[in-house]
Amino acid sequence: MLEQDGGLSLTIARIVQRLKGSSLHSQLERQARISLHNPEIKLESLKEDIKDFLKTSGWEKKLQNAVYSELNVFPSPCHPAAPPEHMKEPLAYMRKAQGSWEKRILKSLNSMCTELSIPLAQKRPASEQKELLNKWNEMGTDEPDLSLFRPVYAPKDFLEVLMNLRNPNYENGEQPSFRNHLGLIQVPLNVKDIPELKEDFSELDLNIGQLGIDDSAQVPPEFFENEHVRIGQKVLAEQDSAAAQQYVRQGCPTALRADLWALILNISNQPEDILYYEQLKSNVIQHDLLVDSLIYKDVKLTASNDDYYFVFEDYLYQVLLCFSRDTSVLEHFAYSSATPPKSYIQGKVGIEEFAVFYPPNGVIPFHGFSMYVAPLCFLYHEPSKLYQIFREMYVRFFFRLHSISSHPSGIVSLCLLFETLLQTHLPQLFYHLREIGAQPLRISFKWMVRAFSGYLATDQLLLLWDRILGYNSLEILAVLAAAVFAFRAVNLMEVTSLAAAEAVLADLSTLKVMPLLQIFLFATVT
Amino acid sequence: MPVWPCSPHRFSSLSSPQAAAPPRVPQRTKQRPVGLGRAAGSTRGVAAPLPLGRVRFKCGLSGPVLDVLRCRPGWQQARNEEEWDFLWCDVSWLRENFDHVYLEEHVRICHFRNHYELSRKNYLVKNLKRFRKQLEREAGKLEAARCDFFPKTFELPSEYHLFVEEFRKKPGTTWIMKPVGRSQGRGIFLFRKLKDIFDWKMDGGRTNEQKDETQVETYVVQRYIENPYLIGGRKFDLRVYILVTSYSPLKAWLYRDGFARFSSMRFTLNSIDDHYVHLTNVAVQKTAPDYDPEKGCKWMIQQLRQYLTAKHGTGLVEVLFADMDNIFIKSLQSVQKVIISDKRCFELYGYDILIDQDLKPWLLEVNASPSLAASSQEDYELKCHLLEDTLHVVDMEGRLTGKEKRVGGFDLIWNDGPVSRGGNLGALVNGSFVANTHLGMYSPIAGMVPCSHPFLNMRAHPFHSRTREQGTSTLTGVQKENMLSKHGCEQLDYSSTIEIQHTNVEGTTLFIDLLFKLLNCCSSSYVSLAENLMYSRCSRCLLSTLLKLVLLFFSS
Repeated sequence: MLEQDGGLSLTIARIVQRLKGSSLHSQLERQARISLHNPEIKLESLKEDIKDFLKTSGWEKKLQNAVYSELNVFPSPCHPAAPPEHMKEPLAYMRKAQGSWEKRILKSLNSMCTELSIPLAQKRPASEQKELLNKWNEMGTDEPDLSLFRPVYAPKDFLEVLMNLRNPNYENGEQPSFRNHLGLIQVPLNVKDIPELKEDFSELDLNIGQLGIDDSAQVPPEFFENEHVRIGQKVLAEQDSAAAQQYVRQGCPTALRADLWALILNISNQPEDILYYEQLKSNVIQHDLLVDSLIYKDVKLTASNDDYYFVFEDYLYQVLLCFSRDTSVLEHFAYSSATPPKSYIQGKVGIEEFAVFYPPNGVIPFHGFSMYVAPLCFLYHEPSKLYQIFREMYVRFFFRLHSISSHPSGIVSLCLLFETLLQTHLPQLFYHLREIGAQPLRISFKWMVRAFSGYLATDQLLLLWDRILGYNSLEILAVLAAAVFAFRAVNLMEVTSLAAAEAVLADLSTLKVMPLLQIFLFATVT
Repeated sequence: MPVWPCSPHRFSSLSSPQAAAPPRVPQRTKQRPVGLGRAAGSTRGVAAPLPLGRVRFKCGLSGPVLDVLRCRPGWQQARNEEEWDFLWCDVSWLRENFDHVYLEEHVRICHFRNHYELSRKNYLVKNLKRFRKQLEREAGKLEAARCDFFPKTFELPSEYHLFVEEFRKKPGTTWIMKPVGRSQGRGIFLFRKLKDIFDWKMDGGRTNEQKDETQVETYVVQRYIENPYLIGGRKFDLRVYILVTSYSPLKAWLYRDGFARFSSMRFTLNSIDDHYVHLTNVAVQKTAPDYDPEKGCKWMIQQLRQYLTAKHGTGLVEVLFADMDNIFIKSLQSVQKVIISDKRCFELYGYDILIDQDLKPWLLEVNASPSLAASSQEDYELKCHLLEDTLHVVDMEGRLTGKEKRVGGFDLIWNDGPVSRGGNLGALVNGSFVANTHLGMYSPIAGMVPCSHPFLNMRAHPFHSRTREQGTSTLTGVQKENMLSKHGCEQLDYSSTIEIQHTNVEGTTLFIDLLFKLLNCCSSSYVSLAENLMYSRCSRCLLSTLLKLVLLFFSS
């Protein structure tokens, strides 16, 4: 009890600290100053008056949403005595693994730099700045020669790293034994089983209406859809972030999705936010970074070749280039196991005062990174809003998909969850695929790293991401990956090679996400 | 040869025995006078369509058309000079042979004799202008304004002076010139100055010296829509398919799938010489320097609808699509009186629609022989399904009752009058008329398998299905089987599938009838509930509706 109280007060203290620097704080302060001149203020009833005022003026909702958003993003504080790095990642071997992985990425980036003799960053000449500004809205028409560039790493390389993760406190030799996992992931982490998942995802149960199922052609809208849309409009009118999050668990109506997601992520696109985006834009125009080429390359390799997303190419540059300059993204390293790489001003290598984070946001894009943004282009057409939504999605969810941590939404746990689910539910399939050298994770890993973006049809992907937002967790990705295997189990049982298994699972664009999830979680006899 | 999508059982038709409108199936009695030329002698009865189920077809095209015809169970290709029952020809065949061949009553041809009334740009404009005037006379200005879905257009050279007058009235407007006889974007150019047109008159008009001046190629000049709706800075147009099976009475079917074709360049009015910016025809895009065939530059119409809904809300998008329906109907009506109606003819039109920034759709043109060549696997599937469903509607096999409102991906949108979605019982859903159109509303047909029939698909369980991957959860029964994977699906006997569906729908109808008699009343709530029941072919809805009906029964 005492401990809980302590935790609570710690949380409160932290949130207050966080909110102090926010624009909400200054807005409130301004409002307070204005109200100060109101002659009706009485000192004795001040506290109550303020409470009433907050309620009637709508500030309470805003405050509530901000607090809720903080609660969602930051992990609950650990023991007061725990060192600060525990907030990043409590397990030492995970921290170490992440550290050496970062070193590898950096090395590869540096070697590309020296190979191509391109500096990490340089100021653009004035003429080039002007040119870039002119074609800001059609950057995709630019065709720089990127043949020498290559993505720093691809999901495949990352999987190799995860496969070699070991817990030093856990004795598992290379010899197969009962302690070894049958899958590729060898670290013991606590992952949920189906009964626990059922409880977590209780809103996906069979007898609860779902968009993605109960809005299909066969179901008349009177049964579910109309009512659901009505409630959605009500939630929006209330501007209640928590209610919105609960609501999207059953799926967002297409017409309301953009607003509901913005509400959940607490993004309002205020004038100052637009200004901030414009600042980032001018940063992009002034300086040329090496990562820009990597971003270009990645967009050209992935999104602009995608059947759905090719139209959004220009938006992707507008978002991703600005993202790389955004130092506010650095804040997420407080709770991410990753640490931003550092670079030194020329000639001052190793001197801490001359160290800067590189890229400024501390995130090095990898092959497929742009696919995190692409689906959002379906919902937001204002670059500044699109940008903020993406940034928030990244610092809440996506960073977990390419950093090594023990967090339940972290990629390691997702992989293990996927393998465990498949092993328990379709042991024959798992065994068969393992025997023919087609470890299921080898196929599903890229789906999860990209949060299925680019693999599913857009409408299905958005339905899936609805649930990610609704449950504030990425575990649904692992469940879906397992459900896909289960769905194609019959065909997979017949394959005899990894290539054939990959072929069976090559095209996911015809899948319907919600029925798959529902069947897997709730309609499979366990 | 590409993989043939093996799902002919996707066919599903709603038979409605007690439809409000009387059946409009033409009686095949009127004999056409015997023409000249080869007489196709046959001992088969005239009225009964192919009792033995052998259809001999002839096909002048390759690609998806031929593939579909060849794969159709019970059909076989007619050898060179053999008689045929079904002909898929290009329009030139029609020109050369139609009047010289005796055609039996049961044969079917994929074009109307004077299809060009709709597909040639100048005739289309002429017909629309005339129809507009007629509407203004008969139904007033408001109704006539419903025809304003094509930009100001003139025929050149015949209406040159009218055009110049209009041109002078609105300086600075961009105009587009299109040769009427050519298709797929050939010969199109944009201009803002009359000078450009003089140049065209000088050389474009007279390319061949040997042809005399009356042979000058006819062009239409059209106000160019300068504010097209852009997605990602790109212009696009829509391709929608309409199947007309009869002009008197007019019977038109709208296909649920279609696509948006994107220009590969960013749209700007500064470069009017650059064709690629302005034209979205795939044929033109294919020659663009940075065209990537892998990309295809297409969106399924479902995707577009979803995108627009996300941006503009459901209401506006519904208006947009209703406006598009209006375009289809009005344009067909405009030629209804001129087209030589022939029971043996049908026509699959490809409509090109442009949407502007105010979400108003514009008719660009109608193609009587839309390109059925496939640019990608997805495209191939779409076209195969389209053709397959066309054949289902044309119904050489005589399997339909004539009362169907939906066959495969086709929805009947006009049957001598608007067709309502609800259908037989009340024709009204929630008190207002809802048109029977589903353009871009449900998942693409290409990825879809037959709708779930609780009785039909019992055996197909996602994890145990042997024949094909089709995840019908018998537990929920909701449409979960829209998930045909491309792997390991087997062809099912297709005719039997239809039969089963027919019996079941009829069985359900009977059941509802019974319930109605039991209830002995016809209040509106029952009607809409029962209608839902008719159209919900999944067990969950069926059950819940039944439950509601029973509850209503007990409460009343």
